[in-house]
Parts: sequence; structure tokens; C-alpha cells
Amino acid sequence: MTDDSESRGGYIQRDRSRHPPAYVSAYKTSVTRSPQKALLSFPTTLSEETGPVFGDSLIGPRDNDLLHNHASDDESAIGPRILVYGQVRDQSGRGLPNTLVEVWQANAGGRYRHQKETYLAPLDPNFGGCGRCLTDARGYYEFRSVMPGPYPWPNGVNDWRPSHIHFSLFGQSFAQRLITQMYFEGDPLIWKCPIVNTIPGRAAIEDLIAALDLNATIPMDTLAYRFDITLRGRRQTWFENRPEGL
Amino acid sequence: MPQPLNHLNESPSQTAGPYVHIGCTPNFSGITGLYAEDPGSVLVNDKTLGERITIRGSVFDGTDAALKDALVEIWQADAAGLYPSPPETRGQVDPNFGGWGRSPGDMDSGEFVFESIKPGQVPYPDGRLQAPHITFWIVARGINIGLHTRLYFEDEAEANATDPILARIEQRQRVSTLLAKPETPGTYRFDIRLQGADETIFFDM
Repeated sequence: MTDDSESRGGYIQRDRSRHPPAYVSAYKTSVTRSPQKALLSFPTTLSEETGPVFGDSLIGPRDNDLLHNHASDDESAIGPRILVYGQVRDQSGRGLPNTLVEVWQANAGGRYRHQKETYLAPLDPNFGGCGRCLTDARGYYEFRSVMPGPYPWPNGVNDWRPSHIHFSLFGQSFAQRLITQMYFEGDPLIWKCPIVNTIPGRAAIEDLIAALDLNATIPMDTLAYRFDITLRGRRQTWFENRPEGL
Repeated sequence: MPQPLNHLNESPSQTAGPYVHIGCTPNFSGITGLYAEDPGSVLVNDKTLGERITIRGSVFDGTDAALKDALVEIWQADAAGLYPSPPETRGQVDPNFGGWGRSPGDMDSGEFVFESIKPGQVPYPDGRLQAPHITFWIVARGINIGLHTRLYFEDEAEANATDPILARIEQRQRVSTLLAKPETPGTYRFDIRLQGADETIFFDM
């Protein structure tokens, strides 16, 4: 390849004005964990334009069913039943197929299954709180779970996390690697949360709020939320007949 | 008004939080029976080509305390400098090498460990060879967006001297923050410092 095609194929620079800065005084843990020196900027190289590939053999049949993947036979997790689905795409709007999506969350009472968790809400013996799946050929994922509860956390004396689900995303390259959180339409705690408010600006925050989608609910079974995720795109025009790129 | 570009915005990052291990290394966090093994826990097998190495390190905060709730991932080329990934078109990658590792760190000390191989050299976009390196990505509670950096090998001084990325570092005394130090044969230490005079150089690429 020529130098020209190489430089055109790199990843678009991350727009850090829509991401949280490293240091946010209201999120206390960030104070001593935030790099203070300027980041070193350079165009992506092959080391960032490649990334791990995960195969179907990794994924078990119940990995995306948090209602049942930690439950005893004939039982299921307690709480409002939800289906979460959406598309993982890049900044060109191209769906990203066969990419790993990992999720974790608190149970319906706001309690995580973790040895360092101290909240007084009870564990649900039928709920583990983790799941994963690969996106389909068009970049879509889905999983079933329960609505996670809000919970208090030690930051200010009365800070509460809104209901949320953590997402880990690989995309197709290490340059696209992202961890974020999904929030639920209509939750008043979203706008009071110091972690949510590390994100500069209401528009960027709204990118993380899943919409209630009554068209996707399963009648007499679960509510549905749609949550699309956009990962970084490449610095090239995308042609429909060349989905793999230049 | 010109035509709209219709580029989408990347979804904003949020911290991985204190319970990242539930979702990323459930067996480590005590949630067993779901996944056969935690993803990224094994990079090599008996047939993997190349020089075996062990990388150990800790992530330190601004008070010099080691993080005990971080998640560290690595991504690297095989011994021939090839990546096990579709954009790799230069040759046949070692089928016994995965390239990707993930460590939750030791439960008590937070120290991460990777058993891997020394990567070969990978070209920069203009064709120059980069020095052998391993990409690192660090997330944790209090880290608002995942931190990218690279491990280079202190004992690859000749290759490091002509590496195009290392050459971009203005304050030369900071280059050493990216160098893994040999401890015993085949064992390297790579500590990551989030703040302070020895703050690791983090990347925006």
C-alpha cells in the first residue's frame, strides 16, 4: 500500500470534548487516578488498527440471558424483566459484526455480587450480574436481564447511582476499545450523578440513555430498551460494496 | 447551509467502576460456572513460537498506592511481528498465539502478571520498523476513560533508539516510563504511574 492509503485508513481522532476529562473533582476517586500530563498524540498504527477476534465457540447459549445464567433450574432472577438490544456501529454508521459485548450490573435491589460490595440490599441467589454476546452480521446485540436498582455510593454523603448497566466493547481494533455505561430513559437520578456528570454536556450524556421501546417488548414477558453504541470510525469514505474497507 | 456530514459521535466513556471484574473476569470475582475461563487469561501454549517472557507490574495512584481494583489488558504481535487480526495482511500469524491478554491483578496486592512471548517488530505506516512493544490499556474506578500506553523493552536499546513513537516524546527523561526493566532472565517489571514526576506517558492515538 502507498503512504497515502495508509494515512487515509487510520482512525479518526477521538473527540475528547465529548468524553469525561481524567480529573473531575466531584468524582473523588478520579482525583488521584487522573493523569496530569499531556497525552502523547500520534496517528494510529497497525498496533492500534488491529484487535482480538472472538469466535462463536466462546459464547455459551445462556451467556446473554442474565435472567437465567446464574439461576437454579426452573427459577429466574427477581426484578422487572427487561430485554436490552441495539446496534454497535462506527462513526460512519457501519454496523460492526462479530464483536464482543460484555455487560455487568447490580441486581434489582442495587446490589452487586462482589466481595468488596457492602450495600445492605440483599443478593439474589438467582442473579450473577454478568453476560456477553457477539454482535450479528449487522452489528446488533441483545440480552435479557432484570432492571438494575439504584444504589448509594461513598462519594458525597448522599450520592446515588442511577440504574445502569456497564458495557465493555471491542469493536474491530484496539483503537475502538471502550467501556461505558447505559442509563434508562426517565430516571431522575441520571442528572444528579457525579459519575454521569463527568461527561461534558447534556447532548453527550443523552447518548448513553437507552430508550424504552414498546415495539420490541415481549408481550406478557419483558419490557425492552434500545441502546445503540458508536465506536470510533476510520478516516476513509465507506463504500457499501467494500464493507471491509480500503 | 452546506450538506450535513452525518458523522456519528463516539459514545462517551464512563468509568469501569469498582466491579469491572464481575463482567470481565467473573471467575476471578467468584462468579463461577458461567464462563469456562476468564477471557484473556491465557496468551500462549506449549507450541507458541518465540521467547517466553513474564511481565509483572502494578498501577500506582498519585499517593503511590497500588490500585487493587484495576483491569489491565494487553495486545501484541506474535514473535514474527504479525497480529492475529483481520487487518493483518503481511503473513500467516502463529496459530498458537492469541495476542490479547487481560489481568484483574492479584486480589490482595493488585499486581498484574502476563505470561507471553516477546513480540517481533511491526512496521510504522511509513514502513519504518517500530521497536518491539506491547499495547497496554488500563481501566479502573476513578479512571474516566481507558488509558492507552505501550510497554517497550529496556534491553532493546538499539531498536528503541529508532522507534517512531518514542522519537515523538519531547521530554526525553520520560521515555523511561515506557521501558520494562529486566528483573531475572525472561522476567520484566512494568509499573504504571497515573500521576507524579514519573507519570507514565499515556497516548491519544
